[in-house]
Amino acid sequence: MIFVDYFIFPGIVFTMIVAFIVSWIDRKVTALLQWRVGPPLLQPVYDFLKLMKKETLIPKGGSVTVFLLSPVISFSALVLVSLILVKTNLNGMGFVGDLFVVIYLLLLPSFAVIMGGASSANPLASLGASREMKMVLSYELPFIMSVCTILIKTGGLIDIAGIIQYQQNNGVLIGSLSGFLAFFVTLLCFQSKMAQIPFDIPEAEQEIMGGTMIEYSGPPLGFFVASRWILMALLPYLAVILFMGGIGSYIGILKYILLVVVVILIKNTNPRLRINQTLRLFWGPVTLLAALSVVLAMMGL
Amino acid sequence: MSENKKITEIPIGPYHPLQEEPEFFRLKIDGEKVVGIEIEIGYNHRGIEKLSESKSFDQATFLVERICGICSTSHPFAYVNAVEDLAAIRIPERAKYIRTVVGEIERIHSHLLWLGLAGHFIGYNTVWMWCWKYREPLLELCERVFGNRNHYAMMKIGGVRRDISDDQGDLIRKDMGDLVPKLDMLYNAIQDDPVIKARLRIAGTLTKKDARAYCVVGPTARASGIEIDVRKDDPYAAYGLVDWNVVVREEGDVYAKTMVRIDEMKESVKIINQCVDRLKEVKGEIETEIKEIPEGEGIGRHEAPRGEVFHYVRSRGGSVPYRHKVRAPSFMNVFSNEVAVVGGTIPDAALTLAAVDPCYCCTERMQAVDTDSKVYTSRDLIRMCQEKTYELHRKMKGGK
Repeated sequence: MIFVDYFIFPGIVFTMIVAFIVSWIDRKVTALLQWRVGPPLLQPVYDFLKLMKKETLIPKGGSVTVFLLSPVISFSALVLVSLILVKTNLNGMGFVGDLFVVIYLLLLPSFAVIMGGASSANPLASLGASREMKMVLSYELPFIMSVCTILIKTGGLIDIAGIIQYQQNNGVLIGSLSGFLAFFVTLLCFQSKMAQIPFDIPEAEQEIMGGTMIEYSGPPLGFFVASRWILMALLPYLAVILFMGGIGSYIGILKYILLVVVVILIKNTNPRLRINQTLRLFWGPVTLLAALSVVLAMMGL
Repeated sequence: MSENKKITEIPIGPYHPLQEEPEFFRLKIDGEKVVGIEIEIGYNHRGIEKLSESKSFDQATFLVERICGICSTSHPFAYVNAVEDLAAIRIPERAKYIRTVVGEIERIHSHLLWLGLAGHFIGYNTVWMWCWKYREPLLELCERVFGNRNHYAMMKIGGVRRDISDDQGDLIRKDMGDLVPKLDMLYNAIQDDPVIKARLRIAGTLTKKDARAYCVVGPTARASGIEIDVRKDDPYAAYGLVDWNVVVREEGDVYAKTMVRIDEMKESVKIINQCVDRLKEVKGEIETEIKEIPEGEGIGRHEAPRGEVFHYVRSRGGSVPYRHKVRAPSFMNVFSNEVAVVGGTIPDAALTLAAVDPCYCCTERMQAVDTDSKVYTSRDLIRMCQEKTYELHRKMKGGK
């Protein structure tokens, strides 16, 4: 059973299929916004398979083990998150404190990117790694604060199944003022966790040529790319679970797709910010908003 | 301690997603801050000037048209101006208006191209695609009126090669009418978007003093508060006959450069509309016949989308130019980055380098040769090539 759980449903295969679909939605919506036609449905699959077939080049002077291991860490951490989230949402199977485990596991891809960039022995990659580090520093605080809002609202529930249950009984969290503020903050944090425009600063193709990814090729790059797609699929799902009561019916799926499209719209209607602007944004207004939502939650709003 | 701080070098180029052409900038950075830059160009030498000396005066018009793909009419425009200056040729009034229309349509599509790329460089791909979508009808218009999407071959010594009929004039007017709301939309979008502003403001500021010191031209100079425009300062073609304004802004940052270009597109629409109206009244020849080009020298200037392009032609009689010198606007503009980029951050640097709208294939007329090292003649190169081939043959035979 564990084999099926981890590898088929809701493990690697299922996660990858959802990631492919979300990636396709991303490309298609982007294309439509930009008056282009967009790729066919199977394009992400082709891309992934192509990368799997390519040669793996390892830079001289870098740390080979870390260089090759970091994509795998990133990928497997995300599959684990997907496993926990889907299992909890569908079967109500969870464990106390799984919310914290998810938050912890969601941090791993960022660290994997930093490790991979730092072990690439390339100035552009290390620049990207240092940018990613600053990004993690900037968005984690408001994100944790908005999670605190949920904890206060639900009366100290720290398991995901409990949070979903609470919302089924008392209405979705996004409906309250503090919940909405926390949702907004979370959306911004997720946008930067996904490394999407306006926060795709660690990769910034036009500035540092892909930054942390610059030395990657073949399957390691494939796993990093797949991690990006899975993040894009998972984080809106987590937001749906935390603030909109999870996916229980067709309406849940609709909410999810709507949120994915919102992410894509933000991505396509903004330029990339500078790293200092991002830091200022997250530590200034966004943290204040998150603090406000915590205060409002304590007042019971 | 601070003197020993290690300075990292970030290469932009020779092949980089930022710019399509080969160029090389070494950014010296401290953290994210740029503390120095070295500009190396010269990857794209094609020997146009030498080629021009082997072409007849008429053929050279087509040759210089191939210098650049985007401002493909600017170089022939300046070249015919130079030859007409040399031979003291007066062109018919109708030809003047037609030349102006070609030049201005080119300016609009070149600026739209730049605006799109600027969007791409700040990661705003939607702006990129939209600008290029708006550019498409203009290219189609060029094809319908001038016969080609680019490389129109409209310029000819003594006039133009094709006439613009009244129907085609209506077509141009209609397309210009369609373009104006789109330009207004872009203008308002960039002016109102706080994120774009946050990104473009202050980035890569070129002060008026530096702009003068580096002799920048075109929109780069006009965004730094220097009011220069060959079309106004030394009117040629029909620029002295129509009513239009030179757009100047004082700030000198990338935002100012963007706004100057958008405003210039609007001015171009104004010029084109007036020219097309005048074309319906002014009838007659579109070219004067040239028998021969006398001895002498002439200069021609044209305000290309990127700034003043300058051509010098010297004739010793006969059918070919004796010397033909080309100076493209990017030659002046690119080096102003030495001051504009330093002090900013890497994202700003990437944007600033692109903000002068550099065109390296226009610029690169010469190649620096290090005289201390050995100079290889063509005979040497052939000999080296043969030796290498023999060696390879030997190796292959030995391998068997």
